[in-house]
Amino acid sequence: MTVLTATIEGGGDYVAAAYTVFLLIVLIYVGIMSSKLVRIERKISDLAEKLDSGGSQSAANGENAPN
Amino acid sequence: MSAAKQANKQGSAYARGLVPVAFAAAAFVTLAVAMVFFYAPEDVDQGMIQKIFYLHVPLAIVTLCGFVAAGVMGAQYLHTGDRGWDLRSYVAIHLSLMLALAVLLTGAIWAKGSWGKWWVWDEPTLVSFLIVFLLYAVYQPLRFSVDDPERQARFAAVFAVIAGVFVPLNFLAVRLAESLTHPRVLSATGGAMPGEMRLTFFVSIVAMGLFWVTLWKFELTAKSASFALDRMRKQLA
Repeated sequence: MTVLTATIEGGGDYVAAAYTVFLLIVLIYVGIMSSKLVRIERKISDLAEKLDSGGSQSAANGENAPN
Repeated sequence: MSAAKQANKQGSAYARGLVPVAFAAAAFVTLAVAMVFFYAPEDVDQGMIQKIFYLHVPLAIVTLCGFVAAGVMGAQYLHTGDRGWDLRSYVAIHLSLMLALAVLLTGAIWAKGSWGKWWVWDEPTLVSFLIVFLLYAVYQPLRFSVDDPERQARFAAVFAVIAGVFVPLNFLAVRLAESLTHPRVLSATGGAMPGEMRLTFFVSIVAMGLFWVTLWKFELTAKSASFALDRMRKQLA
């Protein structure tokens, strides 16, 4: 019975290790992708604002230009 | 169209359906894990350690399918010239390579628990999977050794197609070979796995497949956002 218990317990450790390894790989991957995505989206918003305000400025300058 | 809208349009093409797929994946993964530990019976021979089967085997199946899918996407790029297909192929390989690493690690843990060894070199299933992993590990260094973007995409697509054809041939060759120690649950018992185990296994495969699709779409969204950023920077410059 003690041997059987030890076997079951040892098997549980391996199962836990396997699922933990998989979870870690996935979490690391998702973490890296998420942080990249957040950084990129922030930069896109900043650049988009600059481009749009640059476009509005050009349009305004075009309207005010003498004929 | 404003620059912000243009950037959003590209990203939303890949992000379309991402949230529903993510929710479906989460639901199926939760169901699969619950079935593994509370529904599927313990194996008579291996006991508790057999539970790794429901993680390791679906992971391996989805990984190999991912490599084949990448080959199909590479072929689509060569056929149409649409760089979108090249991007999809690249992300599929990148993701499947990461999952292949998980297959090798979970397999080694299972091997240690079952056979007392982390790895055996005379087992065709193990060595062939390692060969596939090492083959695809070459993909990124090969791809980024080429400077010209068009040539890079073409080389990568050809690699993806050839490697994608190799994967099923390799699998068939291993199946025909006599397996020494690696278990073949599906064929050795003639598909006569107990009902609860079979159902748990198929739910695990669906969960892993949805999981792969979720991560694939997620990375595609991130990549397209990165390209949109580069385009906008060039516009500003």
